[in-house]
Amino acid sequence: MVTLDDYGTFETAWCPGCGNVSILQALKDALVGLGLKPHQVLLVSGIGQAAKTPHYLRANVFNGLHGRALPVATGAKLANPDLTVIAESGDGCNYGEGGNHFLAAIRRNINLTLLVHNNQIYGLTKGQASPTTPEGQITKAQPQGVPSSPFNPLAVAVAMQAGFVARGFSGMGTHLTRLIQEAVSHQGFSIVDILQPCVSFNKVNTYAWYKKRCYELPDGYDPFLWERAMGTAMEWGERIPLGVIYRNTRPPFEDHFPILKTGPLVGGNVDQDKFQQIVQGFA
Amino acid sequence: MSRETLHIVIGGEAGQGLVTVGQILAKGLVRSGFSIVVTQSYQSRIRGGHNTYSIRAGKEDLAAPQESIDLLIALDAQTVSIHKSEMSSEALVVVDSNWNLKGKGFLAVPFQDLVAPRYANIFALGVAGSLLGLSEGIVEKAQEEFFGPNDSAMNEANRKALKAAYQWTVEQTIHFPGLESPSQKPPRLMLNGNEAIALGALSAGVKFLSFYPMTPATSIALFLAAQAEKMGLIVEQAEDEISAVNMALGASFAGAPSMVSTSGGGFALMVEGVSLAGMTETPLVIVVAQRPGPATGLPTRTEQGDLEFILHAGHGEFPRAVFTPGSVVECFDLIRRAFELAESVQTPIFLLTDQFLADSYRAVRPFDLADLSTVYPLQNSPDPAASYRRYALTENGLSPRLLPGRTENLVIADSDEHTEDGHLTEDLVVRKQMVEKRLAKMKILIDQVIPPEYSGDPQADLLLVTWGSGKGSVLEAAEKLRLGGKRVGVLHFSQVWPLVPEQFLPLLEEAKEVVCVEGNAFGQLARLIRRETGFHITRKILRYDGLPITPEYILRGIS
Repeated sequence: MVTLDDYGTFETAWCPGCGNVSILQALKDALVGLGLKPHQVLLVSGIGQAAKTPHYLRANVFNGLHGRALPVATGAKLANPDLTVIAESGDGCNYGEGGNHFLAAIRRNINLTLLVHNNQIYGLTKGQASPTTPEGQITKAQPQGVPSSPFNPLAVAVAMQAGFVARGFSGMGTHLTRLIQEAVSHQGFSIVDILQPCVSFNKVNTYAWYKKRCYELPDGYDPFLWERAMGTAMEWGERIPLGVIYRNTRPPFEDHFPILKTGPLVGGNVDQDKFQQIVQGFA
Repeated sequence: MSRETLHIVIGGEAGQGLVTVGQILAKGLVRSGFSIVVTQSYQSRIRGGHNTYSIRAGKEDLAAPQESIDLLIALDAQTVSIHKSEMSSEALVVVDSNWNLKGKGFLAVPFQDLVAPRYANIFALGVAGSLLGLSEGIVEKAQEEFFGPNDSAMNEANRKALKAAYQWTVEQTIHFPGLESPSQKPPRLMLNGNEAIALGALSAGVKFLSFYPMTPATSIALFLAAQAEKMGLIVEQAEDEISAVNMALGASFAGAPSMVSTSGGGFALMVEGVSLAGMTETPLVIVVAQRPGPATGLPTRTEQGDLEFILHAGHGEFPRAVFTPGSVVECFDLIRRAFELAESVQTPIFLLTDQFLADSYRAVRPFDLADLSTVYPLQNSPDPAASYRRYALTENGLSPRLLPGRTENLVIADSDEHTEDGHLTEDLVVRKQMVEKRLAKMKILIDQVIPPEYSGDPQADLLLVTWGSGKGSVLEAAEKLRLGGKRVGVLHFSQVWPLVPEQFLPLLEEAKEVVCVEGNAFGQLARLIRRETGFHITRKILRYDGLPITPEYILRGIS
């Protein structure tokens, strides 16, 4: 029996009212709900305020470099497919510095979950535009307003037919917990883009701003319908849909590697007969 | 009359099948008991241009390439004009009779009358095999193996072309002193540097390789990809080198002995990952096959220009070791050593080669497979009574390593400065302890350093210092200088970091003259030695025109 106590309670470095706090709680609730023990879980993060999350619960952790959570998570999952691997970082880390890895992860469809804390701003470095900051928003680094149009991660993910594409909101904890559980249970790459306010550096996309716009996709919504999902993913502005926007049953990346069925790729075992055969090929 | 060594060059355009001829001929020579040194010189293009496949062969062990050509197989006319100044006395050039090149030194083959154009290169192979005195059976078998059993019509046509070539050649009156035959034919493998690295890695137990294609390193990954399923490893072509190195670190963290392979430009993208390996104390083997830079440089040529880059790559301070094999056998031995050290010291370990060695085939004594140990990441078991701390402070700096998910213990690694249990910290006392812990591991590396190899006369008048692939040429140049009555020593570094001055400084100080021989323009080893020992090597023989260091190049530099 796994309980919340197994995942511990830690003092955080986040501002009071930060959306990260409720995302952390939703993650813990989701893992407990899935019956996963801390040692079965590997959290991989990059750099940013969101990337500190793995330090605030008990689990295996690799807190790597800015933008590189997905490559590390991919390598770890391939080396030990028994691990439940969750990559967790912010919008700048995943969509900016790690953009190429985001595209490659969708193509691979490796069985891991990406949780993106999307506050539409850089928090750690104190308020520069992120790839999801709206065009025209004024920041200290973009005093004339952001000159580029924002990146729509979910539309890209749906367009590339990612395995599981969802959006949550830090202000709707129970809903988010359910999304994370579904994402982790999905066999293939799953992304949950989690909207959250940044109380210190984003005065535009506040809790109230999100609260007013976010709505849950209705019960009848069928996430397996790709064309409709494209439309849903493009919906942004006055109304922002939450829930599982798109999913499919593409076989996960691991299915292409029969050797993974025999267990983790730890060292220590070299088949000497087979090696000898390879060497003899050079005689 | 016959010769002790013979240098054959096959030249032509890319796409004419000259590598095919070269590979089969080299295999035929190795199986006939000869030692070989292959130099592949090619342009970065798929068709056209001018490429060569050069084989130096002899009955005694050879380790160096040669400049002067004894037998030139010209698959196109420009090959003759490009190489005519390089021909030795009593050399022979095999040409197409249509080119109207007649007289002494030419063997004009009427290809048009003898063979269909598609099989002209195989006919040329047969002419070369016959001139070298290789048995037709050996060459035919090597040819069959090269093409495989798939296309029986093509194989039959190849066999016929080869047979016709042997027949035609014996009917000609040719003055061409061939090779002295070896008295015996001990079993030999034909391997190049990249293949030896891949085999060595397999024998050590590599389980994960991620890469992005880059000449001249690519064939390491291609070879391992072909063996992956059989040997139980995963090879993944990453979206870029940044991903490749981070992916390898993830795999290594989770327990798979891991490596990346690249060249200078690709390694430039991996640098942040090197620092991450140092900070998180994650084992990683990094193979860099050098080519001339800066930037894209000369993609298919050779150089030793990245020594200083590899020594300093990665922000911050952390331990590393750098191996620089001098031969194909050393490629095998040192990649194994790299895996052992990476796993036991939990830090990035480098193997630095170059295009010349990567592509250079040699006849190699079969490895004694019985003695080959494999690496295993779980060698430091923690105190079961205490709670597990990934970065526990210890006297020698090594913390017990566990793998995530393999026990109930939690394994926490962090790129931030961290506490013993792996969580980020800004406690500056801890920071100092952690720096000292990581750097304490330098001592483990220093204790296991491979000393530079000294050979030749004690108290030399002339001491030639070199590293990496220059070894064979420097040894042969020294031998030639000794014939002229000089007392010559050679000091070869197959590990350039860490350096232990006591192992070599006395030799430098005792020699009357020291000359550093390197494939770069700065004299990077000489600069490193000065930095670490204060000993200033002022005389250098440097090569940076994209070609390998040869004995002749060194002798010209000495005189």
